[in-house]
Amino acid sequence: MKATFDLALISSTQSIFDAASPQAEKIIRLSYGFLVAASGILLLVIILTVYITIRFSSKTNTVEPRQISGNSKLEILMVSFPMVLVVIFYFWSLNTINAINPDRADQKPDIIITGHQWWWEAVYPGEKVITANEIHLPTGEKLLLQLNSADVIHDWWVPSFGAKIDMIPGTDNYLWVTINKPGIYEGTCSEFCGQQHAWMRIMVVAQSPKDYNTWLTAHAVKAGLPLDTLARAGAAIFMGTSCSSCHSVQGTFANGIAGPNLTHFGSRQTMLAGMMDNNPENINNWLTDPQKVKPGAHMPRFIFGKDSVRELTAYLTQLK
Amino acid sequence: MKLILLPEPEEPIPSLSVSHNQGLLQWISSVDHKQIGIMYLWLSVIFLVAGGIEILLVRWQLAVPNNHFLNPEVFNQLFTMHGTTMIFFVAMPAIFGFNTYLVPLMIGANDMAYPRLNAFSFWMTFFGGFLLYFSFLAGGAPDAGWFNYAPLNEYNYSSSPGIDYYCSGLLLSGIGTVTASANFVVTILKYRVNSMSLKQMPLFVWMMLINSFLILAAFPSLNAALVMLLLDRQLHAHFFSAAGGGSAILWQHLFWLFGHPEVYIVILPIFGIFSEVFPVYSRKPIFGYAFIIGSGMAIALLAFGVWVHHMFATGLGNTVNNFFAASSMLIGIPTGVKIFNWLATMHGGAIRFKVSMMFAIAFLIEFTIGGLSGISAALVPIDWQLTDTYYVVAHIHYVFIGGTLFGLFSGLFYWFPKISGRMLDEKLGKWFFWLFVIGFNTCFLVQHALGAMGMARRVYSYPDLPGWGILNLISTVGGFIMAIAVGLLVYIIIKALKTGEKALRDPWDANTLEWTTSSPPELKNFDHVIPVNGARPFRDFKRPDDADWKKNGQQWKIN
Repeated sequence: MKATFDLALISSTQSIFDAASPQAEKIIRLSYGFLVAASGILLLVIILTVYITIRFSSKTNTVEPRQISGNSKLEILMVSFPMVLVVIFYFWSLNTINAINPDRADQKPDIIITGHQWWWEAVYPGEKVITANEIHLPTGEKLLLQLNSADVIHDWWVPSFGAKIDMIPGTDNYLWVTINKPGIYEGTCSEFCGQQHAWMRIMVVAQSPKDYNTWLTAHAVKAGLPLDTLARAGAAIFMGTSCSSCHSVQGTFANGIAGPNLTHFGSRQTMLAGMMDNNPENINNWLTDPQKVKPGAHMPRFIFGKDSVRELTAYLTQLK
Repeated sequence: MKLILLPEPEEPIPSLSVSHNQGLLQWISSVDHKQIGIMYLWLSVIFLVAGGIEILLVRWQLAVPNNHFLNPEVFNQLFTMHGTTMIFFVAMPAIFGFNTYLVPLMIGANDMAYPRLNAFSFWMTFFGGFLLYFSFLAGGAPDAGWFNYAPLNEYNYSSSPGIDYYCSGLLLSGIGTVTASANFVVTILKYRVNSMSLKQMPLFVWMMLINSFLILAAFPSLNAALVMLLLDRQLHAHFFSAAGGGSAILWQHLFWLFGHPEVYIVILPIFGIFSEVFPVYSRKPIFGYAFIIGSGMAIALLAFGVWVHHMFATGLGNTVNNFFAASSMLIGIPTGVKIFNWLATMHGGAIRFKVSMMFAIAFLIEFTIGGLSGISAALVPIDWQLTDTYYVVAHIHYVFIGGTLFGLFSGLFYWFPKISGRMLDEKLGKWFFWLFVIGFNTCFLVQHALGAMGMARRVYSYPDLPGWGILNLISTVGGFIMAIAVGLLVYIIIKALKTGEKALRDPWDANTLEWTTSSPPELKNFDHVIPVNGARPFRDFKRPDDADWKKNGQQWKIN
């Protein structure tokens, strides 16, 4: 499979101002409109405050001021002017909401994303593909995402795509997104979800429908068999110890569901939900003492020998 | 001038048979509203320092990307305790301190309606706070954020006892808050000097009356939620656990049904403080007395219909979101328009730039920033982008600091001479003002940008993305400038108490009854109260020729 990653892209796709979907563009237009109105009001308050404090200082006004205690007309004006603004922005917001979040009717979701402490699981209904943390989506289609949680409340937020939405245990939430062009889009869990909330980052790889289908096909196949003795030894440890009771590797006995699906782990760019690059050194450190690398993570510390860690690392890097 | 004899109570209420000056025992056993008020204020200062140290550690950790100064476990406890402390044990006790001290004085009463209940309220708050802090010694402080969302607050996800202490600490202090409010309602309605009608009450007292009803209606929701959570954690009930048939989102409804009124609970009394400060330092009556009361009532009513704006991203549906967007934008009007009332109060006046007034003037701009960012969060689509990011962190701090804390500082510099009998050093006070204002804006202005750039709140660490490191560093520097300013304030207070210039009875040429007493007032506040014929009785008394009630015929018309 042709690598479509370009990590340099990540930095340019962070802010809410880098809209990459019609949904985000609508929000940005509303935000700019609001920014103009709000700046106007703030400017008015600043100018009045500065003018009044300078003009009516007690150094210049030494006599007892006129005791004016109100003015009905001015008070009515003070209420009606912001009222007009409120009505305008309310209807603007209403239109935006309807455009971003139209009725779902009975439409089935294209992708089901589940938040876990502290990683993301993506299931592609109708395909035999389950992946984690690096989520591939096709461009140009109006996608319906279904968002769930496996434990506490998480929140799916990719600023370039527009709205965020909570993932609540026992509830199905939905989000529409149409991605304009291919690229890597970063986001983050945006609801405090415990110790490693900070390292629950999202990476979406948006691909043209053609590339996306290639990726889907590649990821629907079972995991490749380990190629060398080192990796074979690693596979034996993986299947023989508790690894397989939490992790799945399609085509093997490993069918645990508590941790991320590792079938194609080796083809991911980052590990631990965007915390670090996916390379043998980091895998090695992680397997040696997970609590040191990502404190609080639900992966227990197995007292593997150094050789076992090296073998497991070899196995995992080969899972492409 | 004819003096009017006092209504009930005629006797000062002795502190459980202890005579004057018994030291600490006098304070502990006191039922005098002034002593209790002062204890509330000191309690708030102690917790301000505690909550401040917590957040300095947090900001130190966030100063640079990928920092390892704190581990996530400690970080989460610190920011949780910071939020909980600042809201429940700094803002609330400070507000109650001023109110407990001043409300009886401002309405010409000698004490609160129920002095023993008053002491009970204070000690409940006191022990609630210390119970919460005991959690640090008992196996870990609460770590699920100050709004403590389910199911993260459940035993399965937070098995240290911290959240049990959160529940019991807040329940205790919550009971104190409710009893104090009942006490205020009765005191204000029944213990005003006979000649003071409701339409002549100082706005500070008016705001506290409205606020007390707000508290009485809002706190039961919090207390119920806390009890339900304790049942979940201790007796394995399933109120908030979806797997057991409960609902995680139920916690959010119960919490914010309390939590949003709470935001107004800590700002309405501040509006009261500013409505005293602006007229005195501008030498003019408040502009739109009736409007401020009416809008205060409107805020109190609307406050119960806006809570879902904390939950726009939970997927409740367009209809629900649109309803709460409308109510949230509407509540911005009575809140925001008051800015213009205060501006109009200053207009045409003779403004004296005392520290108290400087905080009031700065508040006008800072609070407008916080209010406007609040309105942007009421616009559902913008909220969908920015909720739970640093943008919201900036927003709440512009409201809580730029609003509540500025108001408390303004009130402190205004009433300190009355409370202590000493003047605060104005020159050092101005240093404090500028340090604090600069530190505050340095710390929080950049956080708006951080939120828009994609930084979620409550992260103990963050990747080195463009701009994030430098903006966070600026924010941390601002935080430390604020800390230096608060240190200076503590010094100013202690210096004033030890060697401060003695305060006169009426150092600011003020309008209301508390300034007719000695500084500080005697144990029995008043022997006699001057006649009350308007909202500015002391000014009428000092300037009989220019008295408010002489204008527009016999009675001063509010217009």
